[in-house]
Amino acid sequence: MDETQTKIKEFLARFFKNHDLQPGEDIFALGFVNSLLAMQLVAFVEKEFGVAVGDEDLDLDNFRTIDAIAGLVARKRGAAA
Amino acid sequence: MNLELTAGQRAARAEFRAFAAAEIAPHAGRWDREEAIPAGLIDELRRRGYLGSNVPRDFGGLGRDMITYGLLTEEIARACSSVRSLLTVHDMVAHAVHRWGSREQRERWLPAMARGEVLGALALSEPGAGSDAKSVETTAVDEGDAWVLDGRKKWTTFGQIAGLFLVLARAGDKPTAFLVERESPGLAVRPLKGITGTRASMLAEIALEGCRVPKENLLGRAGFGLSHVIAAALEQGRYSVAWGSVGIVQACLDASRAYAAERRQFGVPLADHQLIRRMLTGMIAGVRAARLLCLRAGWLRETGDPGAAGEVMVAKYFASTLATRAANDAVQIHGANGCSEEYPVGRYLRDSRVMEIIEGSTQIQQITIPLFELPEF
Repeated sequence: MDETQTKIKEFLARFFKNHDLQPGEDIFALGFVNSLLAMQLVAFVEKEFGVAVGDEDLDLDNFRTIDAIAGLVARKRGAAA
Repeated sequence: MNLELTAGQRAARAEFRAFAAAEIAPHAGRWDREEAIPAGLIDELRRRGYLGSNVPRDFGGLGRDMITYGLLTEEIARACSSVRSLLTVHDMVAHAVHRWGSREQRERWLPAMARGEVLGALALSEPGAGSDAKSVETTAVDEGDAWVLDGRKKWTTFGQIAGLFLVLARAGDKPTAFLVERESPGLAVRPLKGITGTRASMLAEIALEGCRVPKENLLGRAGFGLSHVIAAALEQGRYSVAWGSVGIVQACLDASRAYAAERRQFGVPLADHQLIRRMLTGMIAGVRAARLLCLRAGWLRETGDPGAAGEVMVAKYFASTLATRAANDAVQIHGANGCSEEYPVGRYLRDSRVMEIIEGSTQIQQITIPLFELPEF
């Protein structure tokens, strides 16, 4: 995993205790995803990676896995560059 | 985190306090009895930039920092919780639009909301859906050129005068948020009277019958209305209610101290009785602790910390439950006078009860707070 993926994994580990979350693992399928995690995940992505998550990014597929979130970050960074 | 206010924040607080003491507090009891706040006061709030003051400068707002925003809320609430609730609901809608609105939606609504020309209100609760917001029965059907909404919203604060409603509806099985203008065909407003607390907050029931909403008024995305859009509005509202509760506690302390110094029983002022001092101490320590929690939550919001949502909920829980206890003690200190409209503490008690219900009831917070990973400090 690269640095972005590792940071995302560390953040999600707070919510998925006792589970070694894999990069392609569907966090929605694991359960425990509610509006609390949803809000904190958006705030985490924005603060940690310096990108702005907007209404156009509201797609579950952008947040489904560590890889998907890392992909969103990469696209947002690319768009901002 | 710096625990001291900046010179600018102190100056702003002095301005808020002076305004609230002169223009709001002397009239709050009457507005409570009349169950309305006057249009002239709302004009003055507009003129001073107190409505939508959380709107960033890019969109015509003052872009107040979160601490100054909290100080404004506390000082207004210290004078009148109904006026505070106008700021709360208006700013909740503004926050949701800023957080999840498209560029076009932000440009259309935020400048008008920052000027207070359009008043926002949250139309979430229904006769059968309160804490269980997922169970709203209002429906939204895509009819090609417009969304058509049907349902009934209740307890909409300042619904009597709002120009823009943030409505949660179900589009199929997807919770979806809409911005619905007051003039929309099929929307009707019915005032609600006889509310226990924040009586002047002009509550309304909103009937949506074949209400046609332009496609571009969907806020966020279908399916994300509750988890993201309404959640953002509620988080803003909880921050406001937390500070508003601090304002109630401070008002209870102010009133109780003054009364305990002046009122004499058994040959001495009430303040010389140890059991009265015990109640005053609870308010003094409590208000300082609650204010610190609010400052902490404000700091995390200001810095965009992911832990802000949890800290805001803790602040709201602590401050709102404290407000009820403080107001109860304030009435007790005042004795029979506390049960009279000649003194404000009875109003504070009624208002404090509302704070434990709105923007997440005490019980919802008790089952939710342990689920947050709160940041260390």
